[in-house]
Amino acid sequence: MAVIRDIVQETPTIRTFRLAWKDPAISANFSFQPGQVGQISVFGVGESTFVINSPPTRREYLQFSVMRTGEVTRALHQLNVGDTVGVRAPLGNSFPYTTMKGRDILFIGGGIGMAPLRTLLLTMIDNRADFGDITVIYGARSPEDLCYRYEFDAWRAAGVNLVLTVDREFPGWTERVGFVPTILAEEAPNPYNRVAITCGPPIMIKFVLAGLKELGYEDEQIYTTLERRMKCGIGLCGRCNIGGTYVCVDGPVFSGTALRAMPPEL
Amino acid sequence: MAMKSASFVSSADLSGLLVRLAEKAELWVPAPEDTAPHRVTFRPFQAGMDLDGHRLPVTSPKKLLFPQGEELLRFRTGRSSSEAAMETVLLEESADPRPTIVFGCRPCDARGFVVFDRAFLQGPFVDPYYKARRDKNLVVSMVCPGPDAACFCGAVGSHPADTQGSDVQMIPVSEGYVLHALTEKGQELVRHLENAPSQAQEQEARHVWESARRSVENVVSLMDSAPHFRKRFADAAFWRLHTERCLSCGVCTFLCPTCYCFTITDETDGVQGQRLRSWDACMFHHFTQEASGHNPRPTKAERFRNRVGHKFSYFAEKHGHPACCGCGRCLRHCPVAMDIRAIVRAMGETEDVHA
Repeated sequence: MAVIRDIVQETPTIRTFRLAWKDPAISANFSFQPGQVGQISVFGVGESTFVINSPPTRREYLQFSVMRTGEVTRALHQLNVGDTVGVRAPLGNSFPYTTMKGRDILFIGGGIGMAPLRTLLLTMIDNRADFGDITVIYGARSPEDLCYRYEFDAWRAAGVNLVLTVDREFPGWTERVGFVPTILAEEAPNPYNRVAITCGPPIMIKFVLAGLKELGYEDEQIYTTLERRMKCGIGLCGRCNIGGTYVCVDGPVFSGTALRAMPPEL
Repeated sequence: MAMKSASFVSSADLSGLLVRLAEKAELWVPAPEDTAPHRVTFRPFQAGMDLDGHRLPVTSPKKLLFPQGEELLRFRTGRSSSEAAMETVLLEESADPRPTIVFGCRPCDARGFVVFDRAFLQGPFVDPYYKARRDKNLVVSMVCPGPDAACFCGAVGSHPADTQGSDVQMIPVSEGYVLHALTEKGQELVRHLENAPSQAQEQEARHVWESARRSVENVVSLMDSAPHFRKRFADAAFWRLHTERCLSCGVCTFLCPTCYCFTITDETDGVQGQRLRSWDACMFHHFTQEASGHNPRPTKAERFRNRVGHKFSYFAEKHGHPACCGCGRCLRHCPVAMDIRAIVRAMGETEDVHA
């Protein structure tokens, strides 16, 4: 069980929840890896899966960003600071953080797809010397649909090359304009000794993967996270499998190589 | 002296044995339903009940270890005043499950539990609810008295005298049954029985066992279907053709001794509530329907493909055995005569399919 310590309204439909474990023993012993997910319960309504988007290097709270979409997310959006939720975490696999050390990094995010990237990005920022160039291309439909806007300055101050884009011109918007795959092609970060991590709407991921291929990235240099409807989170209930791969235990992080080996049932 | 691991129970003594077992555990036996005597199901034993070991029960005994609906936890939730925070308290977990005995099931149903064991006990996570029931469960199977045209245990690496998944195996002989203990739990039961089988009874049992085992020797095997499935995966026309008449009613999955897909839902009554786990089916449209509107298995072709794939490819490759025990309930009770055997066989055949 956890208590909501803080709520941040990120966009008109996305709220970020900062949670603290109720049990001090769990709080002291809890650990996770960047990319792992948790199941949040609103008792009486149900349980849904969200990525832990705070980094393991910052332990004051556990952060989840929730887009209002279905029953559980609607119920979550009605909760206030101080309310109790259930949390089962950590579940699933994580980004291969150690094998990324010493390399250049490219993050490509769209909309709420920035959440799973944020946990890894902040872990890298907290160990900045272990990484070369860190470029982040982050886009959304409009400026108000970008999450974590209040952190952009801190990311840049930590030496992150942050490229922001929105789908069309907006008054007062001074950053880039255009779809994420277009901006990726314009920026064209060199694939030499670089790892690319992407998450966003399926259609964006599809064009980003093609764009990375175009730029010379190999499958094993690319990572993404997948989403599925889930219930149990422990590989049993039968919903989230893509072929014999269960997104809840074998994912959510998959390499380009792993994606290619999967049967076409996305 | 070796521990006694075989016993003979005469037909006349059987009901006495069942009465004794029913004192120790919740005892489930195949018996005709009172209101529909043509239908045999697994039912809690009552003294004087007529058992029916000859017809395969319509339902499998899986609900004993995996109830159709079960409580996972209980909670109380609420605010002490309109200003206060919403508090949720988890209440005491439900009591220990009672010991159970499945008595007189066929070897296929015992094999069904082996599939559950692989998924719920031998995967990356142990399911505590299943484990608690399984630990207190005993399976007494009987050598199959006669497979029918829908049976295909021989095609999935089993046979009518299979001992896997059973703690005790009963072999019907003239005037009664020879019981063999196969596990420690089974020995516990057999040890307390009075009569050892005579040499003649053991000989007859061996003959019955052997001829049952041999009765499916010439069946075409479906054991190595995973490569065929992978090759057929993207053949949309194949799956459309073979699933055209499916009604997506889900009876195949509910009657299947190896199907274990489930859903988890909350139910509340004022401030108190329960989280429930209930049987669900991959054949239902909403099963994989996401809140965004996306559905990775949008039509019955993808859903049936997942059912076939899970049983004969995904599970088979992970656990070394298909998630199918060949009981044939899915084809016997399908309202439109879908036949999973035929589809699995067809996957491996060169077959021209036109979209």
